[in-house]
Amino acid sequence: MEVLLARIQFAMTIGFHFLFPPISIGLAWLLVGFETLGWKRKDNLYVELGKFFGELLALTFAIGVATGIVMEFQFGTNWAEYSKFVGDIFGAPLAAEGVFAFFLESGFLGLYLFGRNKVSKGVHWFSALMVAVGSTLSAFWILVAGSWMQTPAGYVIRNGRAELTNFMEAVFNPSTMIRFLHTVDAAIVTGAFFVAGVSAYLILKKKEPEMMKKSLKIAVIVGFIASFIELFPLGHEHAIQVAETQPAKFATIEGITETSDDVPLLAFGVPNTQTRDVDFRVEVPGLISMLLDQDEVKGMNAFKEEDLPPFALTFLSFHIMVALGSAFIALMGFAVLLLKNGKLFRTDWILKALVWATPLPLLAIQLGWITAEVGRQPWIVYNVMRTKDAVSTIVSSGEIIFSIVMFGLIYLLLGGAYLFFLLRTIKQGPKVTVIEEV
Amino acid sequence: MDLSTLQVIWFFLFTVLIVGYAVLDGFDLGVGVIHLFAKSEKEKRININAIGPVWDGNEVWLLTAGGALFAAFPKVYATVFSGFYIAIMLLLLALILRAVSMEFREHVISDKWRPIWDWSFGIGSLLPAILFGVAVGNLMRGIPLDNNGIFTGTFLGLLNPFSLLIGILSLAMFVKHGAIYLTLKTEGELQDRMRNIASKAWIVFISLFVLSTLFAFFEASYLFEGVLKNPIFWIFFIILFGSTIFTPALINKEETWQAFLSSSLTIVGLIGVAAVGMFPRLVPNLDNMAVLNASLTITNASSTAPTLTAMLIITLLGMPVVIGYTIFIYKIFWGKVELTDESY
Repeated sequence: MEVLLARIQFAMTIGFHFLFPPISIGLAWLLVGFETLGWKRKDNLYVELGKFFGELLALTFAIGVATGIVMEFQFGTNWAEYSKFVGDIFGAPLAAEGVFAFFLESGFLGLYLFGRNKVSKGVHWFSALMVAVGSTLSAFWILVAGSWMQTPAGYVIRNGRAELTNFMEAVFNPSTMIRFLHTVDAAIVTGAFFVAGVSAYLILKKKEPEMMKKSLKIAVIVGFIASFIELFPLGHEHAIQVAETQPAKFATIEGITETSDDVPLLAFGVPNTQTRDVDFRVEVPGLISMLLDQDEVKGMNAFKEEDLPPFALTFLSFHIMVALGSAFIALMGFAVLLLKNGKLFRTDWILKALVWATPLPLLAIQLGWITAEVGRQPWIVYNVMRTKDAVSTIVSSGEIIFSIVMFGLIYLLLGGAYLFFLLRTIKQGPKVTVIEEV
Repeated sequence: MDLSTLQVIWFFLFTVLIVGYAVLDGFDLGVGVIHLFAKSEKEKRININAIGPVWDGNEVWLLTAGGALFAAFPKVYATVFSGFYIAIMLLLLALILRAVSMEFREHVISDKWRPIWDWSFGIGSLLPAILFGVAVGNLMRGIPLDNNGIFTGTFLGLLNPFSLLIGILSLAMFVKHGAIYLTLKTEGELQDRMRNIASKAWIVFISLFVLSTLFAFFEASYLFEGVLKNPIFWIFFIILFGSTIFTPALINKEETWQAFLSSSLTIVGLIGVAAVGMFPRLVPNLDNMAVLNASLTITNASSTAPTLTAMLIITLLGMPVVIGYTIFIYKIFWGKVELTDESY
């Protein structure tokens, strides 16, 4: 019971938290772009874009920070046995995240938001860059920690715990780099969709359209390139890594029942949890075997039931994520095509589509996260420690229910207030007061 | 470097992170508490903008201390955080509310919503200011542990008189610290009032300090064993004693910058003295104080030498840079608060 409750709490707090950092990271890099153009081209419209999207970043960042604090403490409160078992390895990336990333992003965000008139243009531009670099480094270190749970390396089991033998091997374990690139690129897709959606909305409402055309142009180009890279090569390489290092997870996410040397790629299917098979298949014969370059791909039947992740949730999360990712390429590709023909800003339906697509990358990210973490089950550290053995022994169900209710209510309030303030700030549009000659 | 040296270094570095947190987030928690008694909208905006650009970076000291504790002494991290479950959840609630209140407050248009965020900012600051002391008080006094180092106490047991007294002491200390900071950032009548709050908070602080020292003789007598022969104790004691004595004079002479430095040194001295008394314990076992190994110490709760070494390298590479740009950013925002378009 405690395990289930602790998992519900973790899923809820991380799921909610993980809505905000991707927006922050993606938006921060686009802001660096705006600030660079504003500074180098001496174009005031880009400066105003920086101010407007900077305000949206500040709001998003605040919720990200507030909900992120929880994560730093939650391993100790709810997963004490895990913390004792892996502390020798898992704590260091969290501390490194503080030293190398949190100080950087929080310090320079203050300077970026409050210091525009206090420092030179160069220093102000640098502060935007450091916010982007800091938030990206933060993603790196937390993914080091998360990847070690997927593909542990550089350790030995001794004295009843995992002990570090090689720091660099633990940091650059087999899944770190590909998961880092896949996640940060997803954040850039999210930021691009965010800027594109906001810009398209304001163009439709005829608020500062000339300014918003500039941001929309950048957003659709960045959005198209980042969406494309997300599928190929990043998504493809990530799948190969999972197939090689986590075969039980791979079989489950792809819906492979029997071990075979001729595995088809499923384009559509409905998972049958009874038989661990897929009904209503639409498939491309042999494609997975071809893409993987492995002699034989293991199916779910090759593993014991107790070593396999839940089928339906993992399978569906993965496939819906891939479908969304493909739709992003199509949508942004079409927008780029219209941009090239000079029709983008006049084509209402695509502007509307971009507005409605704004939150979809966040959905894809949540599904990707579920694929990764639920797909790792029943292990908390893959093939090393089971999730059921990781939970705090002295925390009662009642206490966890208390905290679940507490977080549930406060996050409902935060989410509601965030959306309310965000949408209102967007609807008001940029507050251009003085257009000064630079 | 051998393991026992690394363990001592990490006891020291963890203490440094806690001191860094208390000195830096201490003043902005204090500002939050004083905010509860602000009289006008302008005054409230000045409070928020006085800490606006820096509070987030200050709180990172706590996050980094949490990460460092996890990495260097995982057994302490696991034992204390799971043992103090409800207290930690309340702390997290307070820190979440505080973080978003400042941002949300700026975004409300109607005046009737603003007091809600003022209150949540104030309470979100008050609670951590007290809980910081309550946590330190419990760690000084010790908590009940079984043979496996697992916490056997209760949430209500954490609210014992000694720890609550330390909680109120830390509240007084942070209010004093925050009032001096606001004296630096304000002018005129408001500045006079902040100076007045700082002086009064100092009197409360010194009274509670004497009281808690006396209380500690009975409640945690082990803290005083052998300290008089320990030169490190005397260094921190002189810092504590000297800075405490000089602070009110510096406030009254309007040498506010020096008063703030002095108030910071008081925090350094106070936590330093407590840390020297506790060394090498991290979590004393209230049920068995006679046997050192029954407590969680730097020896029996630490990570391995490779981890402590890697962490030391991370610290030596990272922290000088962090301290460098933190000073740079503080210098830019030095001086009185000016309310402009970019302000909250």
